[in-house]
Amino acid sequence: MASRALVKGLLGLRHSRSVTIKYCGGHCFATAASIKSDQPQTDDATEKILKLSLEKPDYFRVSELFSLEDLFDARVHLGHKKGCRHRLMEPYLYGCRLDQDIIDLDQTMEHLQLALNFAAHIAYRRGVILFVSRRRQFSHLIESTAKDCGEYAHTRYWQGGLLTNANIQYGPGVRLPDLIIFLSTLNNVFQQHVGIRDAAKMNIPTVGVVDSNCNPSLVTYPIPGNDDTPVAMELYCRLFKMTINRAKDKRRQMELLHGLLAPSSS
Amino acid sequence: MAASGVRAVASFFRKYGNCNSSFYIVSLHLSRQVISRQICTSSALWRKNLAAAGPEKFTLEFVQKQIEEFDIGKRHLANMMGEDPENFTQEDIDRSIAYLFPSGLFDKKARPLMKHPDEIFPKQRAVQWGADGRPFHFLFYTGKQSYYSLMHELYGNILEVEKYQDLLRAKGIFSKDVKPVSLGTSRWLTKEELEALLVETISAHDYDRFVQLMQRLLSMPYSSLEEEFIRRYRRQLEAQSKHQTVPVLQNDDKGVAFSTSDGRRKTSTSSVVLRDCGSGRITVNNQDYIHYFPILQDREQLMFPLQFTGMLGRFDLQCTVSGGGRSSQAGALRLAISRALLSFLSQQEGEMMRQAGLLTPDPRLTERKKPGQEGARHKFTWKKR
Repeated sequence: MASRALVKGLLGLRHSRSVTIKYCGGHCFATAASIKSDQPQTDDATEKILKLSLEKPDYFRVSELFSLEDLFDARVHLGHKKGCRHRLMEPYLYGCRLDQDIIDLDQTMEHLQLALNFAAHIAYRRGVILFVSRRRQFSHLIESTAKDCGEYAHTRYWQGGLLTNANIQYGPGVRLPDLIIFLSTLNNVFQQHVGIRDAAKMNIPTVGVVDSNCNPSLVTYPIPGNDDTPVAMELYCRLFKMTINRAKDKRRQMELLHGLLAPSSS
Repeated sequence: MAASGVRAVASFFRKYGNCNSSFYIVSLHLSRQVISRQICTSSALWRKNLAAAGPEKFTLEFVQKQIEEFDIGKRHLANMMGEDPENFTQEDIDRSIAYLFPSGLFDKKARPLMKHPDEIFPKQRAVQWGADGRPFHFLFYTGKQSYYSLMHELYGNILEVEKYQDLLRAKGIFSKDVKPVSLGTSRWLTKEELEALLVETISAHDYDRFVQLMQRLLSMPYSSLEEEFIRRYRRQLEAQSKHQTVPVLQNDDKGVAFSTSDGRRKTSTSSVVLRDCGSGRITVNNQDYIHYFPILQDREQLMFPLQFTGMLGRFDLQCTVSGGGRSSQAGALRLAISRALLSFLSQQEGEMMRQAGLLTPDPRLTERKKPGQEGARHKFTWKKR
């Protein structure tokens, strides 16, 4: 099920990439004749690189980046009180201790590994990743993380038509994000963030850290875990930054290997 | 009517300009860009689409083309007027256009004008993303990238200062009485100035938040770490009082000291040259003051500043005055004489003059007539029924 979602998401990305290649071809290059001889070769090499990444299940070895101990030390297992519990989060909970919900870290491990793997593949294929959160406490941290990865962040007031009315909000011909990572799925009024619903409308896959009071249904890759503690947020940011950088470095490496990029331009 | 005028002008230039590229004088009333559609639609639909499109957006290539055409047209115009195409300034262009296309239109903005396209087409943001579609700025998807990146940077600076303070506290050398940032007479950037700096529109709420955060940075004891950053968003206050500018004391060829100044009252303007080592002679518009002002009251007004400071027989006055009636001309001259006298006086005497009201320009002007009334205040006869 996860692999199917992965392939579907990647095919969608491939489609947008092929569109952008055509766009690039129309604007960047002067002579069409020289291109026709080069493009099939570059396309072949790119196809090979992309196919290689799908051969192994954990191509980017994201499971090495974290362990259950790290998650426990970062207090990821701590949920909210029993009264705040969302009904759909019950499968992800280990239990309840003194009225506080404890999230099952084994399940969190699996989900986190899937989510990091997916994000790595998106970054490998040069997709646009958007980090979203509405927690003022961690806004600066998330924006800095996005800047360090070379990706994008939106931790401010979400204007209504940002995804659904993009051509008018930003200008015609804008490229929407290929993956949205929610480091907290709730907004400041404890309601589900509008971005989750909008991303589902625009067929954009989402990764989201869902706490015990959140609704995980519309999130493509939910990560049950704590989204309130600074330690936990720093852990997530660090993990995402490392995976994205790793994926991008790997891509650059593969392109050098297959002679797509000249060595001096790396 | 404006469009037909533009076309006539364009044909005129094409005849004389022998150019393949057409250039045209742009009047401020711009023609709409035609939307070309292959599907036939009724004009009602077409009109509706135009309304929804919002203000016209000009692409960078279009503006570039306009600039090229403007430069070529400028050279043609210079050749036409028989002047040097290399040193043809904007004033020369305005002069030539006013000569070639004399217009009797009342509104200055409706007359034909030829200005550099940068002044006509409003400044717009260049496209924010590269060839592969990825935006350049990491906060692009927020919609207000410059404003939010400014807030991000500001918050980062606050965190830096806090970290530094914590370091000092850990070492035990934290002191509360550190020299704060010296602001002097400066104010925060206004909303309009900030919008111009960021090339983005901000709401009042956003601006208030920005000022709040800056105040928070200022309130920290060690904010002098980020002094240079704070100064970038402050402006010096303009000089408040104008009357402190004392007219310059000059010396003419004979070594006699004199000073010049102007004065205004109602619709009269006057200019006075006060010469030292004189005998109290006053010349107004090349006439003796007794002949120009037969009424005693006007001559008393002229005399008052000199009599107040006790320098009646010391100066020679050479005045010019125009506009208004006799009383307002006398008042304008009095103000000009008082201002010119300042350069010969000490500061206390000048302060005494100011307190006497000699240096204050009289702001009273004729009140306008209102509709439904006979005059400014005079109402029509009131009828009970």
